[in-house]
Amino acid sequence: MAERGSSSQSGNSSSSGSTSRIDSVQVDGLVVLKIIKHCQDERQAGDLVQGVLLGLIQNNKLEITNCFPFPSTKAGEDDDEDDVNYQMEMMRRLRAVNVDHLHVGWYQSTYLGSFVNKTLLDSQFSYQSSIEESVVLIYDPLKTSQGMLSLKVFRLSDKMMTMYKEADFNAEKLAKSGLSFEAMFEEIPLVIRNSSLINSLLCEVEVLSPHTQTDEFLSLSTGSYLGKNVRLLMESVDELCQDANKFNNHLRNVARQQQQKEAYTQRRQAENATRHNRGEPPLPDEDLSKIFKPLQSPSRLDYLLLSQQVNTYSKQVNQFSTHSFGKLFLAQALQGNDK
Amino acid sequence: MDQGLCGRAGKLVTNKTRVYNFKMAVSESVRARKVFVHPVVLFSIVDGFERRSEDAKRVIGTLLGSVDKTSVEIRSCFGVPHNESEDEVAIELEYAKSMFELHKKSHPNDEIVGWYATGSDVTEHSLLIHEYYSRETSNPVHVTVDTTLKGSRMGVRAYQSCKMGVPGKTEGTIFSPIPCEVILTGPERVGVNWLQRTKNTAKQSISPLSDMQHVNSASERLLEMLGTVVAYVDEVLAGKVPGNNSVGRELMDLVTSVPRMSQEDFESILNSNMQDLLMIVYLSGLCKTQISLGEKLATVL
Repeated sequence: MAERGSSSQSGNSSSSGSTSRIDSVQVDGLVVLKIIKHCQDERQAGDLVQGVLLGLIQNNKLEITNCFPFPSTKAGEDDDEDDVNYQMEMMRRLRAVNVDHLHVGWYQSTYLGSFVNKTLLDSQFSYQSSIEESVVLIYDPLKTSQGMLSLKVFRLSDKMMTMYKEADFNAEKLAKSGLSFEAMFEEIPLVIRNSSLINSLLCEVEVLSPHTQTDEFLSLSTGSYLGKNVRLLMESVDELCQDANKFNNHLRNVARQQQQKEAYTQRRQAENATRHNRGEPPLPDEDLSKIFKPLQSPSRLDYLLLSQQVNTYSKQVNQFSTHSFGKLFLAQALQGNDK
Repeated sequence: MDQGLCGRAGKLVTNKTRVYNFKMAVSESVRARKVFVHPVVLFSIVDGFERRSEDAKRVIGTLLGSVDKTSVEIRSCFGVPHNESEDEVAIELEYAKSMFELHKKSHPNDEIVGWYATGSDVTEHSLLIHEYYSRETSNPVHVTVDTTLKGSRMGVRAYQSCKMGVPGKTEGTIFSPIPCEVILTGPERVGVNWLQRTKNTAKQSISPLSDMQHVNSASERLLEMLGTVVAYVDEVLAGKVPGNNSVGRELMDLVTSVPRMSQEDFESILNSNMQDLLMIVYLSGLCKTQISLGEKLATVL
């Protein structure tokens, strides 16, 4: 696998050399429905659901043409091997019926967009280091049940990949790499495709179940959704605050140590001077770093993740508010014309 | 089914018309059942058909779901490779079995309920396959999806088999049709509605709508529907169309469902709602600014 240390943030700069750049993702309608169904089935468990995405890569486009769910993990956590066997077996079987068997990523459901965390990062990193093109597809069931299908595709950016590979997230490194929390994940535009046959099937589905138009999301109630969202936002901000405190403590400690170091050396110099005056030999040189062990710099990874999480929540709240305003104005018009 | 079997014991006669009656009785008892199909099943079938091997004329597969007294719910399916020639049909039974076991792992509640095939007809080979599935489950459902688009639509039909003929002598099997309906749960409905939009685009692909566009399209649809209603009411008032009582009642319900409140009340509710939203937008903006600022400072230091 090629080393991808290039600092290509614009997206197009490296498209000439490497074929690994994915700039759009195309999802089949079947996959969308399968994920929705999987979520629906597992909703009782209340956990997040995950599964494998299958598809193929065409130039810079990733086509996701099929998927299958991971079995729910309540059987026990120790059956890792079973999981791998299950995946391999499933892919082999699907291959027999001519399904694309290239493993192009994975999908996960989320609760109100609270998906930016270490687990996701870990999994996506391992995916991307074994299959360069792989993506993670995030599906939000809550938003979907409100009437707006919510699917998002993410990848780790190149910078993040190199940073993560070194597994060292101290402050200086971070500053040097210029990695911002927004550039950790890159969102990839998604399109949905249906073949002509599927389109004709859709016509038939419309006939077989005629009452398909629902406008549930025109409901004016905003309280509960916003409430939950703001609570999550608050929690993340709290955590971010704690993290900032931790970092501040660290900085303070570093400063104090620095002072102590200086005081020590000054004392030494003064003593040496007096000894020199008395004609005694100077004190032997001591290794400063032995007396003052360099402080371990705390990892800034949490900070990055939390910032991005706060960012996501803010965006979400903003979007929700925007369309709520729209709905409120609609209601106003309705009420106004009523008289 | 019990009733049907009783009838069969009672009417052990060779009279042609009586046999005919008996056949009706059986299919009547089967008819009481209904088949509910989730759209994802149909999508999988069509996708399977599109990916068929070069020489295959149709694809078949196992349907999974649950059966209760009056209906069969088909929740998912998988394709099974098979070979059909003039006089012989071979299915990879081993494949079907292991695939079912794999499926069981992620969906422990699904059982085999029948099988599907693409095409508009039930062929002679179908009988053989059906016999195999009869061993897996009692009274399997057979669903056909017409991917050849006969009659310019993709017919989805469901059948169950029942024996007919004279007991002890040659027995035939008829596939009697059962009403079939597409059933959608909330999120599925949203998904399907969303996918419907690909019908009208040239590229067959769509990108997701933003929330605002969603509200926009919904209000357009609302306007359109209101327009239809108004046009109808106008026509009735003008005497062009005879009034329909039930429609009238629905309209009355519609009108009364708009809550009556005074202008001031409404204004205050609206305003408080807006203020809530504005405050939250402000707060979230503040958070965002704060973290951006934090980052800038971190890089400067």
